[in-house]
Amino acid sequence: MIEIDRVCFGYGGPLVLEDVSLSVPPGEFLGLVGPNGGGKSTLLKIILGLIEPTAGRVTLLGRRPTQARRAVGYVPQHPVFPRDFPITVEDAVLLGRIGRTRWWGGFPAVDRPIARKAMRETEVGDLAGRSLATLSGGQLQRVLIAQALASEPRVLLLDEPTANIDLRVESDIYSLLKHLSARLTIVVVSHDVGFISQYVTRVACLNRTLLCHQTDAITGQTIEALYGTPVRMIHHRH
Amino acid sequence: MGEFLRALGEHAFLQSALVAGLLASVACGVVGTYVVVKRIGYLAGGISHAVLGGMGAAYFLGADPMGGALAAALLAAALTGWVTLRRREQEDTLISAIWAVGMALGVLFISRTPGYSVDLMSYLFGNILMVRVRDLWVMAGVNAAILGTVALLYKQFLAVCFDEELARLRGVPVELTYLTLLALVAVTVVILIKVVGLILVIALLTLPAAIARQYVTTLPAMMVVSALLGGLFTSGGLTLSYGPDLPAGSTMVVVAGTAYLLSTLVGPLRKRAVQWGARRRREGCQTDRDAL
Repeated sequence: MIEIDRVCFGYGGPLVLEDVSLSVPPGEFLGLVGPNGGGKSTLLKIILGLIEPTAGRVTLLGRRPTQARRAVGYVPQHPVFPRDFPITVEDAVLLGRIGRTRWWGGFPAVDRPIARKAMRETEVGDLAGRSLATLSGGQLQRVLIAQALASEPRVLLLDEPTANIDLRVESDIYSLLKHLSARLTIVVVSHDVGFISQYVTRVACLNRTLLCHQTDAITGQTIEALYGTPVRMIHHRH
Repeated sequence: MGEFLRALGEHAFLQSALVAGLLASVACGVVGTYVVVKRIGYLAGGISHAVLGGMGAAYFLGADPMGGALAAALLAAALTGWVTLRRREQEDTLISAIWAVGMALGVLFISRTPGYSVDLMSYLFGNILMVRVRDLWVMAGVNAAILGTVALLYKQFLAVCFDEELARLRGVPVELTYLTLLALVAVTVVILIKVVGLILVIALLTLPAAIARQYVTTLPAMMVVSALLGGLFTSGGLTLSYGPDLPAGSTMVVVAGTAYLLSTLVGPLRKRAVQWGARRRREGCQTDRDAL
């Protein structure tokens, strides 16, 4: 689904990404972890074709990212819209239909059941008429996931979907993603290796270069290499 | 008020003025909503002031000043759009330059125009009592074009105002849509010049929509409410100005500004009252539970 081949990138200064190669097969639920500033968000933006790599290439669904990205649902880390933007939850979710529906006029009636289904799936169906400004952080995150799902994507990219919400909601959202991963290829960025490893099928560790991408258990050495400091692992058993 | 209504029945120029105010309110309500939610009030200010350059040039060349105004408004919109899309880091400096240089050119052209000196004040502050029936048809036509464009590109405008990155990922041509939006601002400015003049345009473009935003939660509702408020402010301003013979455009702007101030001051009180009501209801439930 996603092929990243020896990608390098720098914002004019030192490289943020160096020689990153990664292949994401269909159906995978990949956790992309690493420290802040490790290049995780940048890599997502390159996959989406929002920024061009300085070297290397990316193919998405066998095509160039700019051509294929309409088949991708993306949930950014920091929503850029003002929180008090005058829009209802349902209309915000419908925005995900753009590019999948007629180009002119408002949203046709056929888009509404699709948006409703996405909202039910993320459990925000009863918020449909609410103003976006009145939502809690966790509710907003679910609405943004519904917006991404409304585009009926084949791939879902999420950048720290649980950055500003409490722990209980965090596990709810990851359970939802796990449920969605039955039919979608998902890449989720996180800085919390221990937490996501119980949900994802594979973890890739990124700190400028790709340090590991494996399915077996994460060892203390990997985390040490990733974060540069020794850490004590605490094993959770479930 | 009574005096105004009597005069309204007698004088065709007052009827034209009233209709002009109402027509301008439609464009203001629709385009002003985008100006407010997209936070491009400063850009709209730059575009409207730069229009004087085109009016002056048209006057100097003996052409129709409103044609010059339209050309200048579209040119200023294109320049402003280019600045925000390509020179974001110097955005405020460059827009200030477009703003001031446009006005300066206008004044220079007017000063060099031989013969009868134009009434500069009516360009700057409007003269709604001079609106002719032909102007009303032009305003109605422009309104129709604005409404048609907004209806056609509703999704694109909404997406670009809400989140440009999302719009780009969903395949919306973001830059073209943004420039189209600025072109709508430009034509709105031009039809407002007769009503309030190019300096006061920005008030009617932002204040009704800013008030509407405090009460409604969707863009279409904001457009309708701000168009109605705009109609109220222009008609109210015209009525108030008639008796004491005040400049109508300035009176409208003061009315709009006062309404905005009142709404903003009352807003937090209203919110507090709602919260207080909700707390009362919650505490009520609590007492019920305790009783059980």
